Amino acid sequence: MNTHTTQSMDITPHAHADVGGPTQPLLMVQDLIKHFALPKDILGRSSGVVRAVDGIDFAVRKGETLGVVGESGCGKSTTARLLMNLTVPDHGDIIFDGQSVGSKELSLKEFRRQAQMVFQDSYASLNPRLTIEDSVAFAPQVHGVDKQAAIDRARDLLARVGLDPRRFAERYPHELSGGQRQRVNIARALALQPRLIILDEAVSALDKSVEAQVLNLLLDLKEEFGLTYVFISHDLNVVRYISDRVMVMYLGQVVEIGDCETLFESPRHPYTRALLSSVPSMDPDNRTEEPPLSGDPPNPINPPSGCRFHTRCVHAESVCSTTMPKLVTDAQGTGVACLMHVVRSGHSAAPLSEQEAA
Amino acid sequence: MMNIAVNPAKVPAVVFEKSTGYWQNVSQRFMRDRVAVFAAIVILILFAMAIFGNQLAPHDPFAASIMKRLKPIGFPGHWLGTDELGRDMLTRLIVGTKLSLFMGITPVVLAFCIGSVIGIIAGYAGGAVNTLIMRTIDVFYAFPSVLLAIALSGVLGAGITNSLISLTIVFIPPIARVSESVTTQIRSRDFVDAARASGANAFTIVRVHVLGNVLGPIFVYATSLIAVSMILASGLSFLGLGVKPPEPEWGLMLNTLRTAIYVQPWIAAMPGVMIFITSIAFNLLSDGLRTAMEIKN
Amino acid sequence: MLSFLLRRILYTLPIMLGVALVCFALVHLAPDDPLVSILPPDASQELQARLMEIYGFNKPYPEQFFRWVMRALQGDLGTSIASGRPVSTEVMTAVANTLRLAIFATLIGFIFGCLFGFVAGYFQNSWIDKAASLTSVLGVSVPHYWLGMVLVIIFSSTLMWLPPSGAGPGGSADWHWNWEHMQHLILPAVTMSVIPMGIIARTVRALVADILAQEFIVGLRAKGLTNVGIFMHVVKNAAPTALAVMGLQLGYLLGGSILIETVFSWPGTGFLLNAAIFQRDLPLLQGTILVLAMFFVVLNLIVDVIQTLLDPRIARG
Repeated sequence: MNTHTTQSMDITPHAHADVGGPTQPLLMVQDLIKHFALPKDILGRSSGVVRAVDGIDFAVRKGETLGVVGESGCGKSTTARLLMNLTVPDHGDIIFDGQSVGSKELSLKEFRRQAQMVFQDSYASLNPRLTIEDSVAFAPQVHGVDKQAAIDRARDLLARVGLDPRRFAERYPHELSGGQRQRVNIARALALQPRLIILDEAVSALDKSVEAQVLNLLLDLKEEFGLTYVFISHDLNVVRYISDRVMVMYLGQVVEIGDCETLFESPRHPYTRALLSSVPSMDPDNRTEEPPLSGDPPNPINPPSGCRFHTRCVHAESVCSTTMPKLVTDAQGTGVACLMHVVRSGHSAAPLSEQEAA
Repeated sequence: MMNIAVNPAKVPAVVFEKSTGYWQNVSQRFMRDRVAVFAAIVILILFAMAIFGNQLAPHDPFAASIMKRLKPIGFPGHWLGTDELGRDMLTRLIVGTKLSLFMGITPVVLAFCIGSVIGIIAGYAGGAVNTLIMRTIDVFYAFPSVLLAIALSGVLGAGITNSLISLTIVFIPPIARVSESVTTQIRSRDFVDAARASGANAFTIVRVHVLGNVLGPIFVYATSLIAVSMILASGLSFLGLGVKPPEPEWGLMLNTLRTAIYVQPWIAAMPGVMIFITSIAFNLLSDGLRTAMEIKN
Repeated sequence: MLSFLLRRILYTLPIMLGVALVCFALVHLAPDDPLVSILPPDASQELQARLMEIYGFNKPYPEQFFRWVMRALQGDLGTSIASGRPVSTEVMTAVANTLRLAIFATLIGFIFGCLFGFVAGYFQNSWIDKAASLTSVLGVSVPHYWLGMVLVIIFSSTLMWLPPSGAGPGGSADWHWNWEHMQHLILPAVTMSVIPMGIIARTVRALVADILAQEFIVGLRAKGLTNVGIFMHVVKNAAPTALAVMGLQLGYLLGGSILIETVFSWPGTGFLLNAAIFQRDLPLLQGTILVLAMFFVVLNLIVDVIQTLLDPRIARG
């Protein structure tokens, strides 16, 4: 017999009201910039600036999974940290369900109730001195839930992510495997009943079989709780499996964004094409003859002028080194930042009119 | 969208599996280290002497007698002889434990409390606050500890309180440094970021996440300073800057017995043996703790 | 690397200023009237006022500090209230004596410390290791001034091999490197060497054990490097840190020599410090502390610079 159903144990989706309605993107990022200054030398001259994230715009729709891919150093992880305000942006707006984060309508603390993050290193993400249930119960207590209720919620969530509370709740992180710890991290992210979860290389450190289990868990949870994901990874196969839309980053900028399957089947940006062709094929007849990308990725300290990719692009022309292509997204949320797709940009392959571009 | 409510009637009587916590592991490892355990026992004996000294001692530590000055070891009624004022050595050594331990341990305890707060604040805050605090600490670090202790004592004057103050000041900078270093390391770990991402404020994060990870290493470092403190404290008394006569304290006893070196050398050396033993015990204890907590560097 | 070194050197300047400030503040913390040691209790107000004027004790603190620093930079540390001689002369003579003692002690400590530490690290966990480690724990734990007393008891009083105190015939100013003088050096230097020996032994042991455990040693052996070769390799890797520790120990000995110098009546800076404290001789106290602290700061700097030159990785860190 049901003897209790307390408010605190109720893990319905959206303990928070849907403010903007179904058409409002859950997350909108406008012109986000973060530069890291390098240490100054003896005379106070700065050695330069790492342009980690250099003006990105994108939106995440409610209920979708946005995959974010790119090489090391492209700014994916920095973007994740900027979204959660773990690193303070130099410039830019983050708009959550129509309300600007950090404004009077939506304080940072309130935003952090609705958006959570799962990190890559499952061991470093957990306080070695706290039991599993204490780690998961921490966030609810911060927001006013009383201790026993928070513990109950924690145990519930552990069960939800596939960890039997009787076996795991009072254990310590060092006693769990990598996959189990990542499940704990996911349970912790769910503890505040968020609407958005940012997963920064959350499965990258796991063995393949475990990775598959965790991915499926993520999909189940998304369905059950109506979550929205931003899924950052360098593993293209994983991104393809889990994402609805995909965003490709290069040297701190977004170069292409669009529907997952379309992007993987027919990538438009030369970098995306090169990136996708670097995935080894299982088919022995389908060998990669030449390396798709030449050279090392240029330095984010001194990015090339104009289009940042032009130094490695097979289609580069002189206009590419002078003009920076802007990312323009259409109504479907698709866009590409390449002069070949901008009307009358000066590139030989550019369309001459709007109709051609469509 | 399901309503997840656990029905307690359906969940069987549960025994949650417990595991060994951090401190249990540490004490297990410690107990296996025979040297460390031996050192701990010695220290317990010393503490017992400090607490029950007056009951254990055969004579009154202040009872002087001109006729019985500097009697040798084995003298009837005074197994360890008498000092330069005719007081029983055994008594003074035992009763002296309390003050000697007090002078050695208290500065470290005080410095631990103050220095760790300073260091944790500097380590967690980072940036300009950190720089300001640590550079100030660096200035004090630029003095060799003995020099600083003596200079401070010399300036403030002799006496128990003044010695405690100067020794505490001497030990604050090293403890602050270690605290800052450990806190900075912990601060950069992902779980602290995760805690920030939950919306917790700095105070809560320090209380729940930082302290538990940081106080252990700082504590072990502080214990390694106790032996040094014992030597410094007794050294101050030896110079006449610390405890004032006629209080029984080992360093002071070495001072007043100096002139007796040529007459009764072994009696003159005895208080130093006590200091030596105490110092060794605390050093071994600290080493044992460090090994048990598996702290590198 | 040059900019790193330059920054390190420049960083010393604010530290030195801070040290001078602390020295100055320290001495002026004294609750007593600075002139209490030379004035008879019934001195007239006028006399007091005039002496305050001469010594500058009546000016506001920042001004006193500034004047003191300016003069110190020119080598003038004021005049000792007790003896009337210039502080700089007194301090420098004393420093020379302490340096002789400290350098000798450091060398002894370094040699034996390296020996014990090396042996312990090489034969890790054997009985040799345990014995050597025990010795180093003893070295670190011993109250050195007491050890001095014990050595005096054994070698001076009982065996009569060595003199118990002083720096030789002719007092402190007259030093020669002959047996007559050097016999006075032995006991205090050995006493002083014990703590550095313990610390260096511990450090070297840890270093050697660390280096030997590293995988590249296995690689070297596989390439056929002989034991002597490996030995040289370990020495090369351990040297920078070992030397750094030695340098620091020298600094500590310089600053902390007072206890041993008191036991042996060695006329060094520690002895001077003792005198200055008990005679409430503020200019002398101030000057001595300043010189000793500055020595320590400069020594730290030299150690850092040499370490960086020997191990360039530090500059990049």
